[in-house]
Amino acid sequence: MKALIQYISTILQGLLTLVKGMAVTGHYFFRPKLITTQQYPENRQTLKMFDRFRGEVIMPHDENNHHKCTGCGICEMNCPNGSIEIITKMIETPEGKKKKVIDKHIYHLGMCTLCNLCVKACPTGAIVMGQKFEHAVWDRTQLTKVLNQPGSELMKDVKE
Amino acid sequence: MSNNLQDKIETQEYIVNMGPQHPSTHGVLRLMVNLEGEIVKNVDPVVGYIHSGIEKMTESLAYPQIIHLTDRMDYLSAHMNNEAVALCIENALQVEVSDRVKVIRTLMAELQRLASHQLWWCVMGMDMGALTTFFYGLRDREMILDIFEETCGARLTLNYSTPGGVMFDLHPNFQKRVKEFTKYFRKVLPEYNQLLTGNVIFKERTVGLGPLSKEDAIAYGVTGPTGRASGFACDVRKHNPYSAYDRVQFNEILRTDGDTFGRYQARIDEMYESLNIIDQLIDNIPEGDYQAKMKGVIKLPEGEFYQRVETARGELGVYILSDGKKNPYRVKFRSPVFSNLWVLNHLIKGQKIADLVAVMSTLDLVIPDIDR
Amino acid sequence: MAFDIYDFTTLTSSIHQSLSESLPPLAVEMIEWTLVGLSMLIFVALFGLILVYLERKVCALFQQRLGPMRVGKWGLLQTIADFVKLLMKELITPNRADKFLYNLAPFIVIIVTFMAIAAIPFAKGLQALDFDIGVFYVSAISSLGVIGILLAGWASNNKYSLIGAMRSGAQIISYELSVGLTLITMIIFAGTMQISGIVDAQASGWFIFRGHIPAIIAFIIFLIAGTAETNRGPFDLAEAESELTAGFHTEYSGIKFAFFFLAEYVNLFIVSAMATVLFLGGWQPLHFGSFEGFNQVMDFIPPIFWFFGKVMFIIYMIMWFKWTFPRLRVDQILTLEWKYLLPVNLFNILLMTLIVLMGWHF
Repeated sequence: MKALIQYISTILQGLLTLVKGMAVTGHYFFRPKLITTQQYPENRQTLKMFDRFRGEVIMPHDENNHHKCTGCGICEMNCPNGSIEIITKMIETPEGKKKKVIDKHIYHLGMCTLCNLCVKACPTGAIVMGQKFEHAVWDRTQLTKVLNQPGSELMKDVKE
Repeated sequence: MSNNLQDKIETQEYIVNMGPQHPSTHGVLRLMVNLEGEIVKNVDPVVGYIHSGIEKMTESLAYPQIIHLTDRMDYLSAHMNNEAVALCIENALQVEVSDRVKVIRTLMAELQRLASHQLWWCVMGMDMGALTTFFYGLRDREMILDIFEETCGARLTLNYSTPGGVMFDLHPNFQKRVKEFTKYFRKVLPEYNQLLTGNVIFKERTVGLGPLSKEDAIAYGVTGPTGRASGFACDVRKHNPYSAYDRVQFNEILRTDGDTFGRYQARIDEMYESLNIIDQLIDNIPEGDYQAKMKGVIKLPEGEFYQRVETARGELGVYILSDGKKNPYRVKFRSPVFSNLWVLNHLIKGQKIADLVAVMSTLDLVIPDIDR
Repeated sequence: MAFDIYDFTTLTSSIHQSLSESLPPLAVEMIEWTLVGLSMLIFVALFGLILVYLERKVCALFQQRLGPMRVGKWGLLQTIADFVKLLMKELITPNRADKFLYNLAPFIVIIVTFMAIAAIPFAKGLQALDFDIGVFYVSAISSLGVIGILLAGWASNNKYSLIGAMRSGAQIISYELSVGLTLITMIIFAGTMQISGIVDAQASGWFIFRGHIPAIIAFIIFLIAGTAETNRGPFDLAEAESELTAGFHTEYSGIKFAFFFLAEYVNLFIVSAMATVLFLGGWQPLHFGSFEGFNQVMDFIPPIFWFFGKVMFIIYMIMWFKWTFPRLRVDQILTLEWKYLLPVNLFNILLMTLIVLMGWHF
């Protein structure tokens, strides 16, 4: 008799735990407001990344096409996987002195692991992390970018 | 059927290759499984399919650069991996980091542990066939990842610890968000239990399955929640405190059953403990620098350095052999998953295929951590 | 042509009459068979598509997701797009597979479902086959499907498929017993095996109310065993995605895979329809003893809506099971059947017999 009661109680208890589990899923079924899905390409207009989000390395330019990069090469040294190449050139300043300035700041997005070490190391704050994350392209050569815009110059007040 | 007849029927063991592409190996682990019908006779894990050569690569990188590679080992406890290397370098240089850094690191590590255990929970449910758990776990993990993204700038590969501190100071929203999360998650955790832990089918499948004794756990070097479920007191946070673990009160989850359900329950309990640690620290984050002054080029003194931390899966050891240059001479990671994996054969012999999946789930394998 | 949504007998008999006027009896019969076959085919295809869509939406809601949203409004055309994709895919036959059996298996599975669906009464007069042993016929036919699954597993030359098929065999043969015994319980109560007779007997009240305790126990067991019969979660051992990748249909692609897929959903419909017929009164509206006003309002809803409403409710329950519970292990499935369902079932038959003999029912 005892065994029989135990047998029945196991069945009932088992059924109870199953119903409890169904209550959880049922709870969410009848509350469609709790749906957490974000419909990505549709919500592009409203989608805002966090301000520290690391999407790519960019070099901000001001309205006069000036940037802050002195071409010191510290970012190139700090990059763990060789994603940055700095090409410098010698120019003559109006005072007649020879000066080394940046020619091309080449950035290989395809190799970059977005570790933030270059941005952290940059002494002048010339490069920052951008928010763009839609980097898919058809050809990987497009992932090699020149960060300084053509014809851009060093800002006046940047100390070397 | 008489025994005689049974002897006359010829049976044969056969080998099934589970993986490298298989839904429940969570990556590219290959298991050569000897089967007799449904019964597993022997499991032979074959590793190396995703070997990324992290240990070798570190030999040509400067010390601050090493850290970002460790994100990619055990990607679910990226912060703890970062922290381990950072602590090792700090110990070698005898740099004292500020209290703020210590507390930030501890908070991040506990959040990371929660995120990792949430993912483990939902994947465990999925391996057992309850697909809905997968989405509930990911839903809650998303909140932690948002906290990470706001402060660290990345969701998975954080690269947040640096030698001597952390990459950024905490975001102004950090405290508010973490409090919101802990409040929310304390409400959701009972739901996890209601949905899966208490379920009669789940209990039937896990209780008593694949028991691991304390002696075997020590012999195999099984650490983390897997080892603690067998009674092996191996919590580095408790026995060898680092960062801010010496100033918080928490229990080391020790269980005696050591079966699949014990390992499951140990992780669920650890989530509660992590929440406790976060609650203790979140309101009193000390002021201070988030980055200690370090030299431009970090050179470790000649010698060997070792640091261990508790990741979500067990004990991670970082061994650095330095010859005084700016690159390490040799780096070795004692990764928890690599050690935990080899106990699989011991646990699963004589059980069924479905059990193999369940046991493997509770070992919480992350394959890149095996094939560093 | 007379058309009455409450009673389809007028429709069918008027078709029969108009055909008989101009054609010989053999031709009439041929045309009627073709008509019935075509309408079944269209029904199965359409209902399969709708069910697949519903399953994806229902499971999405359980999981706090949206489900398919892109193809058509709310993703309504998603299953059609999937079907077109399946049609266009290459049919792969694995090396050293048993070609004949491999190609035969999906057809067996799908033919069996068509045979079973013929005996389902959708509304008054809307039933292709009305045997006097209708319940027995459905139960016998639906157990044939396992042959297709076994063949598929055996012929695929794949160890995962073989394990899945063997599991499925053990499972369906066991659960056939439970389904059969619950059917017997209800047959004892109804006193007939003819499906239309069973439905007619429930005009005054559904069996689940009239048969009270044993009927409710039988209903729960039927739901459990029916879920197992359709190879759905938590009894989806034969597929067991996390263990066997896709079980018996691992090697199937394109339209052959679609047959297995469709058969699963049609089986789901058959099990739900049988549960509706035996316990929830088939297409009979909900009646409560002497509430005349209430009963008249219920009568106003056409029977076909009643039938599909009840079927959808049971399908929803079975989906709810699938998306909540973890999967059972193969030995536990057999334990559940032989140690729990079978004894309870036998006891339940005894109880039902007693109740019928003593007249303790409504």
